[in-house]
Amino acid sequence: MRPEAQVIPLNTDAAEHLVREPRGLDHKVASALQFVRRRLTGEYEIDEFGFDPELNENVLLPLLRPLYERWFRVEMFGMEHVPDTGPALVVGNHSGTLPIDGVMLQVGLHDDHPAHRNLRLLGADLVYQVPVLAHLARKSGHTLACQADASRLLAQDQLVGVFPEGFKGVGKPFSERYRLQRFGRGGFVATALRAQVPIIPCAIVGAEEIYPKIADLKPLARLLGFPYFPVTPTWPLFGLLGLVPLPSKWMIAFGEPIRTDRYDPAQADDHMTVFNLTDQVRETIQNMLFDVLRQRGPAFLRA
Amino acid sequence: MRPSASGSRTSGTTRVVLVTGVSRFLGARVADTLQADPSIERVIGVDTVAPTLPLGRTEFVRIDIRTPSIAKIINAAEVDTVVHLHLVTMAAAGRLKSKEQNVIGTMQLLAACQRSPAMRKVVVRSSAAVYGSSGHDPAVFSETDEPVRPPASGYAKDAVEVEGYVRGLARRRSDLTVSVLRFANFLGPHVDNPLSRYFRMPVVATVLGFDPRLQFVHEDDGVEVLRRMATEDHPGTYNVAGDGVVLLSQALRRAGRPALPLPAPALQTLGDVGRRFGGLKGFSPELLRWLTYGRVLDTERLAGELAWRPKYSSEEAFTDFADSQGLGHGLPAGLLDRLAGAVGGKR
Repeated sequence: MRPEAQVIPLNTDAAEHLVREPRGLDHKVASALQFVRRRLTGEYEIDEFGFDPELNENVLLPLLRPLYERWFRVEMFGMEHVPDTGPALVVGNHSGTLPIDGVMLQVGLHDDHPAHRNLRLLGADLVYQVPVLAHLARKSGHTLACQADASRLLAQDQLVGVFPEGFKGVGKPFSERYRLQRFGRGGFVATALRAQVPIIPCAIVGAEEIYPKIADLKPLARLLGFPYFPVTPTWPLFGLLGLVPLPSKWMIAFGEPIRTDRYDPAQADDHMTVFNLTDQVRETIQNMLFDVLRQRGPAFLRA
Repeated sequence: MRPSASGSRTSGTTRVVLVTGVSRFLGARVADTLQADPSIERVIGVDTVAPTLPLGRTEFVRIDIRTPSIAKIINAAEVDTVVHLHLVTMAAAGRLKSKEQNVIGTMQLLAACQRSPAMRKVVVRSSAAVYGSSGHDPAVFSETDEPVRPPASGYAKDAVEVEGYVRGLARRRSDLTVSVLRFANFLGPHVDNPLSRYFRMPVVATVLGFDPRLQFVHEDDGVEVLRRMATEDHPGTYNVAGDGVVLLSQALRRAGRPALPLPAPALQTLGDVGRRFGGLKGFSPELLRWLTYGRVLDTERLAGELAWRPKYSSEEAFTDFADSQGLGHGLPAGLLDRLAGAVGGKR
């Protein structure tokens, strides 16, 4: 059976509800029933990546929204750098021990961007091995970080998001916060070059403080097949309670798009071009990080 | 047959066609379609057991393609086109026997094709299972992609080996037109395969925590592709699947089937028991992997080559299958309709 959460969209627009009652209420109940009926009878469309826009819009995003609005009080900056239509590659810094920064970025681009764009993230293949997480990630629009999937999404004019630091970024110790790790082998730049799409640098400030990783139980991680097993001030000390992220203040900023259409697509195979462009993107994001960090100030004192 | 479907590249040289695996559903349908084509002089069907479906003017020869006698037929009848549909995907007779059928049979057949001067064209039914199925896969497989985790067992591995031998033949006889078709799972009103049996279970067991993306090819579309391949020249390897993608959960909801999520090992045990005692023969580890991770094919190459789109999307193929089985929406949908009707009735 479907969870109760599906009825949430009913209450999102309380003002309209007041104006239009009682007929508005009828209408809303009827449309909620129709929604439940569609879900129960399977009459909805998904794309080849498994993206289920209806489920994402009405169930998954509403579940994440309180975290975005209330818990982390996320503010978005530089939204004008993200195009309303057409393909682009958003490249961000990765942090926070658990990849919550990815989903917050997704909620922000959907809710606060004028075109309500769906961010299609490229995730580690570990995600697609884990029960439940595997199909929820796909239903939410994300896919595996591989060249084929990235190119395919960009060819379909999608907004694709990638964290080139990968596990090195998300699992780095608290002492290295806001310091970008190595950007892989620049695969994301080659993909953007080949597809001739702009690279949008993105700095996420706030995720570093949600689970400050002060130690790593490497043998346990190896045993469980995880890239790391974090120890934070609350985890595993307080058990499941330790999984509650600390309520840091978040700011997400987008920078000026870095154009790739000035290059020849064939230069995607030229390592020098790819490395130079990778360094340029990395430096841009690092500078943005310092700027936004200064603007935000202390992590837990702002509303 | 739809006249619009006959392409511009029809070659007048398809005269004598040999169809293997003619006693099974797909072989019988293809043989029946080809014998209805007046431009084809003879259709010869071979299999190890007698056919159960009427084959029209198709000449049936009961023969085991694992023996060299297949070469005699090919030479005597001057066969110019072979449609090899022998791949056994349902291990009815045990794994060892089906492997022999699949691999040794194909070797004998291809050896005969290689020796025959009259031979012009070889069309081979392969399976999308050659791509394997794992959590490391790209979202969509195109024909040039190598499997990330190649299949290690079962008919999927046979299909990989069969394709290897077919490539060898194409190398040695470059004058032949060789077409390899990687079919997604067949579904339709008349299909009886491990998958159709799976969907017919009273309670459909699924893998806990996974919801695979699936594709189906409708039997009519599969037969049409094979007909085009047999009567026209389309060398190369092609993915064949209905357009679009269906999630397993979505399919089960559409068919009104109750799902029972089980941990993968429990499901495998259930499958083993079902294989031995129930009607679930062929509930293989490959099927379980597919039901865990799913698989999606890029079918643009076929669409471009044939200038044709499948008549049934994956979803429509499933619906056609579900309708023919009398599966359909149960109580909840009807109840919700009445509720919605009661609420909306005032307007």
